Amino acid sequence: MGIIEARGLARTFKSRKRTVEAVRGVDLTVSDGEVVGFLGPNGAGKTTTLRMLTTLLRPTAGTATVAGADLLRDPVGVRRRIGYVPQAIGETMGGTDRSCLVIEELLDQAALYHIRAGEAAKRAEALIGQMELTGLEDRLVKTLSGGQRRRLEIALGLVHEPPLVFLDEPTTGLDPQSRSNLWEHIRRLRSQAGTTIFLTTHYLEEADILCDRVFIIDHGVIVAVGTPDELKRRISGDVLTLRVTGDEGTAGKLLAAEAVVREITAADGTLRLTVEQGEQALPSLLRVLDAAGITLASINLSRPTLDDVFLTLTGRSLRDDSPAGARQAAEPEAAAGAAATTAASEE
Amino acid sequence: MSFIRDTLMIFRRQERLALRNPAWVIIGLTQPILYLALFAPLLTRLPATTLGTTGNAYKFFVPGLLIQLGLFGSTFVGFTIIADWRAGVIERFRVTPVSRVAILAGRVLRDVVTLVVQATVLILVGVAFGLRAPIAAIVIGYGFIILVAIGLAALSYATGLLVKSEDAFAPMVNTLVVPLLLLSGIFLPMTLGPGWLQAIARISPFRYVIDAMREAYAGQYFNTIMIEGIAVAVGLAAVCLWLGSRVFLRENA
Repeated sequence: MGIIEARGLARTFKSRKRTVEAVRGVDLTVSDGEVVGFLGPNGAGKTTTLRMLTTLLRPTAGTATVAGADLLRDPVGVRRRIGYVPQAIGETMGGTDRSCLVIEELLDQAALYHIRAGEAAKRAEALIGQMELTGLEDRLVKTLSGGQRRRLEIALGLVHEPPLVFLDEPTTGLDPQSRSNLWEHIRRLRSQAGTTIFLTTHYLEEADILCDRVFIIDHGVIVAVGTPDELKRRISGDVLTLRVTGDEGTAGKLLAAEAVVREITAADGTLRLTVEQGEQALPSLLRVLDAAGITLASINLSRPTLDDVFLTLTGRSLRDDSPAGARQAAEPEAAAGAAATTAASEE
Repeated sequence: MSFIRDTLMIFRRQERLALRNPAWVIIGLTQPILYLALFAPLLTRLPATTLGTTGNAYKFFVPGLLIQLGLFGSTFVGFTIIADWRAGVIERFRVTPVSRVAILAGRVLRDVVTLVVQATVLILVGVAFGLRAPIAAIVIGYGFIILVAIGLAALSYATGLLVKSEDAFAPMVNTLVVPLLLLSGIFLPMTLGPGWLQAIARISPFRYVIDAMREAYAGQYFNTIMIEGIAVAVGLAAVCLWLGSRVFLRENA
């Protein structure tokens, strides 16, 4: 049995005028020691699901076992065994008090878990070392940098050595350097302590780099689950962009006849193809063009990103925060183009 | 018992934060001391009979100022819980096994301790101005203001946590506190007023509490005024604590 087992978890919010089904029946299984990512646009039900799993919100339907305790019957049991690091952006911040000293926050947190003073001091010291906060013990929280404060908040979630930690948008708002530094810490948490990590993120590369598996949620339901590679393979092929010197129409017709080509668009001397396993397919496709005497000006092969996956599944880009559906029609083209450019510049 | 341990833990944290920034404790004290120094002397020229059974300006005025201290100090604590909620501290605590009622109780305890310290300073200043009251009366007075503070602080925290916005909380508190204060006869005896005003004043719970405190300061410990005062103070504290606990125990606060 997994460390998280949720069945049909749902939450409906009722206001005077209408009923909003924020989460409509989520099934989740997370195994011990996994790092899983929860991806979804704003309003998809990400935070609501996380709040239900951490006992902050009571589900209106469904059942779940979290870290061996029943979510509905034994919420205090769940709280004892999980760590939770709230998101540090938006309406509420990450949970540290500006006027507290770093060491006070750690010791108070230990007291909240009823850890004895001597043991608490030992754990605080270890966490200060582990999260690179040495020398900051007697500093006020408000004097810390964004990255330091975030590391402290994560340290607070680890004081009671939980087997399962929830990180809500752990790196949002941090500069790239602090972000990759935090990724190191999260990786080490799993490799050294075997901690199971459940994180939500807006950053696809974060999910790609950190997560063993990814859940994609949209409109309150999970639309896909798998390893980042599986998801990319399953949903979109590689994107091949060719610029031809001659007539792109003839070239397009030739290539469209090839079995490996799933989709093709041709315009202004440029051919955009979606192909399965692009690296293997490329030589044969080039031979076809060569045999027809068509010369190429440039070739670009880009791997699908999780953003492509996301776009295919939900019809919108994760990076886009506009209201759902508003730009749906116009968007896929532009976003796919942007994704391909990003991938190309990374290679 | 873990509830008591949790309450003391929250209390120590809040007390530490208050001592780190004691400005508000001092600001809270300046207002009643100014009233004592600049307003109470006016009362000394009034005929003794208008000051009810106390017959003395300071015995009349100090109980009123003590209630004012409690009223203002406690109703505004809700602002601090909004700040804590915004910092994510409340949510962070709620995901730990700590008692959710202790998150409220520890804070209320801190407010009571703050009030007792402020009240002691105020009483000592009163004595310097000429207040002479029996020790028993002063002890009973502490009892009353502690009950008022427990009730109002619990209510204020609960309201703060429900509205979650300073902009909504400030006008709510102001529209409630000022009429209650004026109708309680803190500055002048309500008996000076016309009949209709005296009738309206009956709706302010603090009216009963102040009357009872003044009875005590006048050396009258056993009468219906005292019983009414105790009943109102205990009732107010109990109902507000219950309401406050309900809010802190709510699934989604």
